[in-house]
Amino acid sequence: MAAITAHERPAAARPRVGRFGAQDGAAYLFLAPWLAGFFLLTLGPTLGSLYLSFTHFDLLQAPRWNGLGNYIRMFTSDPRFYNALSVTFWYVGLSVPLKLVFALAIAMMLDQGLRGLSVYRALFYIPSLLGGSVAIAVLWRQIFGYNGLINEGLSVFGIDGPSWISNPQYSLVTLVVLRVWQFGSPMVIFLAGLRQIPQELYEAATIDGAGPVQRFFRITLPLLAPVVFFNLILQTIDAFKAFTPAFIVSGGTGGPVDSTLFYTLYLYQEGFAYFRMGYAAAMAWFLLTIIALFTALAFLTSRYWVYYGDEGR
Amino acid sequence: MRAASHPASDVLARRLRGLAAHGVLILCSVGMLYPVLWMVASSFKPEQLIFSDFTLWPRDFSLKAYVEGWNGLSVSFTRFFLNSALVSSLAVIGNVTACSLAAYAFARLNFRLKRLWFALMLGTLMLPYHVTLIPQYVLFLNLGWVNTFLPLVVPKFLAVDAFFIFLMVQFFRTIPRELDEAAMIDGCGPFKIYLLVILPLSKPVLATAAIFSFIWTWDDFFGPLIYLSDTVHYTVPLALRSFVDSSGRSEWGPLFAMSILSLVPVFLVFLFCQRLIIRGISTSGLRG
Repeated sequence: MAAITAHERPAAARPRVGRFGAQDGAAYLFLAPWLAGFFLLTLGPTLGSLYLSFTHFDLLQAPRWNGLGNYIRMFTSDPRFYNALSVTFWYVGLSVPLKLVFALAIAMMLDQGLRGLSVYRALFYIPSLLGGSVAIAVLWRQIFGYNGLINEGLSVFGIDGPSWISNPQYSLVTLVVLRVWQFGSPMVIFLAGLRQIPQELYEAATIDGAGPVQRFFRITLPLLAPVVFFNLILQTIDAFKAFTPAFIVSGGTGGPVDSTLFYTLYLYQEGFAYFRMGYAAAMAWFLLTIIALFTALAFLTSRYWVYYGDEGR
Repeated sequence: MRAASHPASDVLARRLRGLAAHGVLILCSVGMLYPVLWMVASSFKPEQLIFSDFTLWPRDFSLKAYVEGWNGLSVSFTRFFLNSALVSSLAVIGNVTACSLAAYAFARLNFRLKRLWFALMLGTLMLPYHVTLIPQYVLFLNLGWVNTFLPLVVPKFLAVDAFFIFLMVQFFRTIPRELDEAAMIDGCGPFKIYLLVILPLSKPVLATAAIFSFIWTWDDFFGPLIYLSDTVHYTVPLALRSFVDSSGRSEWGPLFAMSILSLVPVFLVFLFCQRLIIRGISTSGLRG
């Protein structure tokens, strides 16, 4: 629209916009770094990895065409791939809902006009701030180890706990706990969303005799749906890409017995430990597909459960 | 109605509920932060006490773990901290410069194919980095950049973290255009407007971008893991990882001490820029 009107009027009358395209030179200078990055580091490599995913490539020799070989191996004869996929789905499926539930619960508790809100918010946010670091993963290794803090605490009650991180039954759970522990960042987003809900709605509902449960399901949750949706997408994508905690806690192996072999960790091993770079590229494209599918699914179903307050847009 | 008939008991009930909420919140936050506080405390305890003592107050205060940890690898942590500081500050400079340049073009200038570029820029936001990982590695390998800081830094100067562009475009659009026009009448070209009008008015968004660039780069583990192989080039997270591998299971003290130190810069940034960080997350969903 702006472009057309700019064309129709004489340039002199609109000094601020000028003829469309008149600023091409300057604009492309401003864009030059981004454009270089886009072509050399994003678009080029994206297409490159699509090509590599159809080849044998070990970094030493030029890539050799392999057709669908990598994908066929992935889906038909690689049990570790299926295992990595299942570990990741469990991890995402357990950690994301739990994290969001905690985030919403604490956010609602903080939203009652309590004193010291900003202090609490800061305290609850600290795990999110630090949680992705190697240092905290190191701490987790100790806490859930045989001589760790958890077992030290349990021994007070006379319980002899297992070594949580080296028992395949529990190792993934320790990583889920680590992720849920970082509920601070979605909590901050929920808090901002709760602030937007008009207080009168709650007052009106209370007068009509609605209890706290009804108020939550009839007012809070529907009005917060866009924020829940936003957090859900953000957290799901982030959880699929998790790498550092599994790498540090398992010492880079994804063990014990591949129980913490995240998809990204397996991709790293295939690419940079076994130098099967074509296979790793195929895995990367499959990851992109999964993430795209999840995002699309969330968007498609959102019209049934997300209410934006301006129907018909 | 109830409030009118029993005012005193109602006030009391509300007070009690408030007190209960505070109680729950304090208990939750202490419980959550306990492991971190305990790690801090343990780093000051003598080694043999770490496993037998889960209290927060070290009975025998000692700095031995810090001294041992600092020189625990073949290269001292001075080097690792300098490396991390160098990479992080270059990343901050790169992101803030390159992203604000691109954002200015998108927010203020008219040019051909603008919509196409903007849509492509938004498209890159969704792309997981694994997709570009291997060809990028091959590219940097052929350039001879592997085992240098360049693969960690150069992409920032090419505005690859497009999220910051998006954030800045949104902010620049809120600056009144009249200011640009006034500057233009005074004879300023686009570059001067960018430098003298837009940037000075955009300190909050530039600071937000700088803060998150710093935190993410400081904490980054995957990039250094792939690109840095010589110990002298290690950043702090990578050094911690090889510390885990090299020290036996018994040496938690020095490992904890160095872990604590690695968290200090991020924590200090949080302490001083808390407001910007919280606002950045709640308004745009910057992952924390």
